[in-house]
Amino acid sequence: MTFLNDPINFIATWLTGLLSGWGLGDDLIKVILTVMGIFATAGFVLLIDILLVWFERKLVARLQDRIGPNRLGPYGLIQPIADVIKLLIKEDITPTTAHRIVYNIAPIIALATVLLLWAVIPFGPRILGTDLNVGILFIVAMGAIGTLGIIMAGWASNNKYALLGAFRAVAQMISFEIPMVLVLLVPVLLARSMGINTIVQSQEIWYIVFAPLGALIFFLSAQAELGRAPFDLPEAESEIVAGFHTEYSGMKFGMFYAGELLHALTFGAIFSALFLGGWRGPWAETYPILGVVYLFIKAFLLYFAFGWVKYSMPRLRVDQMLNFNWKMLTPLALALVITTAILSKLLEGVQIWLQAGIFFAANVILVLITVQILRTFARGERERVSGPRPVAISPEPPSADIS
Amino acid sequence: MDAVQIIFLITAVATLGAALMVVTTRNMVSAALWLVMTLFGVAVFYVLLGAGFLAVAQVIIYIGAIAILVIFAVMLTRRLTSENAPFINSNWWVAILIAALLFGGLSWMFSSWDGFSTQAPPLAMENPLVDLGAALVDPQGFVLPFELASVLLLAALIGSIMIAWEGAAGQRGQKN
Repeated sequence: MTFLNDPINFIATWLTGLLSGWGLGDDLIKVILTVMGIFATAGFVLLIDILLVWFERKLVARLQDRIGPNRLGPYGLIQPIADVIKLLIKEDITPTTAHRIVYNIAPIIALATVLLLWAVIPFGPRILGTDLNVGILFIVAMGAIGTLGIIMAGWASNNKYALLGAFRAVAQMISFEIPMVLVLLVPVLLARSMGINTIVQSQEIWYIVFAPLGALIFFLSAQAELGRAPFDLPEAESEIVAGFHTEYSGMKFGMFYAGELLHALTFGAIFSALFLGGWRGPWAETYPILGVVYLFIKAFLLYFAFGWVKYSMPRLRVDQMLNFNWKMLTPLALALVITTAILSKLLEGVQIWLQAGIFFAANVILVLITVQILRTFARGERERVSGPRPVAISPEPPSADIS
Repeated sequence: MDAVQIIFLITAVATLGAALMVVTTRNMVSAALWLVMTLFGVAVFYVLLGAGFLAVAQVIIYIGAIAILVIFAVMLTRRLTSENAPFINSNWWVAILIAALLFGGLSWMFSSWDGFSTQAPPLAMENPLVDLGAALVDPQGFVLPFELASVLLLAALIGSIMIAWEGAAGQRGQKN
């Protein structure tokens, strides 16, 4: 076992040797190593988060035909540090009518739930926080606690815009959780496991080939779960100021902001772990560090895609958002899960490339059926809209016999 | 005393304290948030017992769905969110009766149970999650209760759709 082969365990073994040399007990060493691991992971992810601020600003600038931050350091790379310092030294305001404790806990929950997600995402074949056998459900549970953080922020602010934003956010997140959870079942069915590292390891062929439709549904519901445009109703600036974080300022707002950016990258990492083979890539097995690089390349590509959609789309109306979820994504996800379950049982033991082909074909057929239904629906809608409006109809001629 | 026992004691005190706050807080939203903490404490107990799946399910179902529903319901009921709402309602004696009966029954059951003094057997199962899943759909196992619960949930789902459906309500209105 060398550093290149298995860096985390190499460091862990070395530290264990060092600490037991100092005469500490085995239990205590385990606790110390766990705490160090938590701090290392959280610190690493938060450092990436600072970089994300720069990435996000550069991305939106390029998409809007601007240059973006370019004054501080090469390509404006020191700009996010300045942003962080500005947020840290801003006055920290708690409104007098706010519920003080809940108001201050909410941003911590919002950021902590995102950081906790990284506990189950495998960075490399042997670099991972914990290989939970219910990793997929853990992701859903953290999303649930994140929703709670938002509703706490909205209620504790004691501001009607904040409360409205929180209501919208919770309604949206609870609705879009359903197609997301259903679609999370597709990789689970294919890998026969809920552990994320097992799912990554069983992707000889990336699952996006097996379930392109599932990947698309996951992408769309993640976009809604993140509250990014076109699903940014919870923070609709032109309607409800800034939504649930209207009253927050300084670093408390910073935590919501950091949480939001990191959440997008986290969903990028989850997406790549579930559908794009996570850390898999050439030589990732022998040099796990390469796996970390592959995972983050994929996650940043997904982050770019999230941002691309966010800065290109106008905001949806509430009814459009809910109809899109309940009348399209949820039935489609259900159909996909049923198809995948039946096919994966029927095709047990078949050669893997043939399996992938059949799954792909089934997905294409589902997409074609959906498009056909949508076309029929759109034709009906167009006829309804182009027909005479009820307001414009002349009043009916008075009839002689009123029943 | 090892680390697990210390964590257990801290969690137990926090859970019981939060449960006490649920029934003594005047503000209903605060009470709901304390309830969340109680439910989270129970999830921690599941983790300590090595039941990761139950812990995660507890968080998803009780915190992610039920607690948020409770908070919504409280916020949409205007009178309840004010600080000076009545502390107890007229059914307090029924509540005391049920609580006393439940406590008495549980105490009676535990007094004749020898689980406190015996050592817990080690978990024999390799992957408890797979066994749980297989037992739920096994005819020798729990397939009947499982299917009954599904039918019950489906009935609740259809019922809620019928209540919320404008078409049905409109037709009823026309008939009257």
